[in-house]
Amino acid sequence: MQTTQGEFIQGNGHTPTSNRETGTDALKRGLAQMLKGGVIMDVVNPDQARIAEQSGAVAVMALERVPADIRRQGGVARMSDPAMIQSIMEAVTIPVMAKCRIGHFVEARILEAIGVDYIDESEVLTPADEEHHVDKRQFKVPFVCGARNLGEALRRINEGAAMIRSKGEAGTGDVVEAVRHARAILGEIARLKTMKREELYAYAKDIGAPYHLVEETADLGRLPVVLFAAGGIATPADAALLMNIGVDGIFVGSGIFKSGDPAARAQAIVQATTHYQDWHIIAEVSKNLGEPMVGINISSLPETERLAGRGW
Amino acid sequence: MAKTVGVLALQGDFAEHAQMLQRMGHRVVEVRLPHHLEGLDALIMPGGESTTFGKLAVRWGLIEPIRQFALSGKPVWGTCAGLIFLAKDVGRDQPTLGLMDIQVTRNAFGRQIDSFITPVQVRGLAGPAFMGVFIRAPRINTVGSGVEVLAELDDGAIVAARQGNLLATSFHPELTQDTRMHAFFLSL
Repeated sequence: MQTTQGEFIQGNGHTPTSNRETGTDALKRGLAQMLKGGVIMDVVNPDQARIAEQSGAVAVMALERVPADIRRQGGVARMSDPAMIQSIMEAVTIPVMAKCRIGHFVEARILEAIGVDYIDESEVLTPADEEHHVDKRQFKVPFVCGARNLGEALRRINEGAAMIRSKGEAGTGDVVEAVRHARAILGEIARLKTMKREELYAYAKDIGAPYHLVEETADLGRLPVVLFAAGGIATPADAALLMNIGVDGIFVGSGIFKSGDPAARAQAIVQATTHYQDWHIIAEVSKNLGEPMVGINISSLPETERLAGRGW
Repeated sequence: MAKTVGVLALQGDFAEHAQMLQRMGHRVVEVRLPHHLEGLDALIMPGGESTTFGKLAVRWGLIEPIRQFALSGKPVWGTCAGLIFLAKDVGRDQPTLGLMDIQVTRNAFGRQIDSFITPVQVRGLAGPAFMGVFIRAPRINTVGSGVEVLAELDDGAIVAARQGNLLATSFHPELTQDTRMHAFFLSL
């Protein structure tokens, strides 16, 4: 009965959902477009996920330990237990993302198999491969990757990333690195727009990015995928700062559930992300949020303890 | 004729709608607070996360002003999350406008890996089938008597409907280059 693929499918009794295309670039990038102007929150259990959803998060990132704890506890940080991720998927109706280690395509396959909506190939976890990132084009599930500059962003997009975020310096509560990376990416795009065609070739070589993506970015005047800020965002004002610098949305890692009043802080960061140019509203929502996460000043952090240098 | 069209900008792909409208020669206003509705000819509610729309709309007192805007007869269109936000019944407790007499299931086709693109025949739209981009999309299960079904998929899911000046689509015309749905909406 299985002489052709067509008969095989018929034989399995699939409903005739004939001409449906899945896993295309447009669909992968499209979900990120739906998340724009929103806040994606790190959560470590279903209760936190529900608080995030009730606070207006557009998605949650399921992980075993938030970056601040990974930093404090040390050791190898890996993909979370799939059962824990699934319990979060069952707890909320918003999209659920999860992290795999850089280059660990089997962790990525596991996350795809359990049906997560987005995979973050993340420097926050301990890299599994020092030379190769995951070949993200081979997957139906979309990927988000961190970047510190335009070259890194375009290399990840060339590998199939459907969304880019700044790396920042996760788990510190210090926004300075996220600002640096967002400004680097957006500033380089602004420069691209002023370049003549012949200058683009040399520029692509300089930043180590594929020419066709440099050209596409120059023509669009923006990355071909959505750009979020991540790493060290801890207050409504931090979120609004990054939105004003020009990112499309916000990831908050340790900043919410390591603070004194997570629900109030989560709601305030959501409000400030939407109303990022309304100073009165941002002032209003910033009041009485309790203790922010304590934080680590980046300049006091030795180079060896920085996560942003992971990946290339 | 150029119109002034509001796009609900609480969250989601409002910029994609805005770009398409501007390309068609219309003026666009981003709507985040009730007073942004003043002077608009029509309102679009984009794709995004419907639960987030609900929280923000309640917090800033947008529910009743948008309801009044729609009840005054001006065209209002919801795409995907916007469709959910328009609906009377979404099968769970979340804030919506409750304007359209439709019963909706969220994420009805599955998770992101099940998101799909398929041609959609939309009644009243001349030319070839519309490219339907469905991202964690909702489906309309049943419609009230005042609601006209404009498109169904081959499995019977209703994915476009109209109730007088209200339009709802499960898919995202703003993610295509095809302006026909936007033109149809502005003719309501």
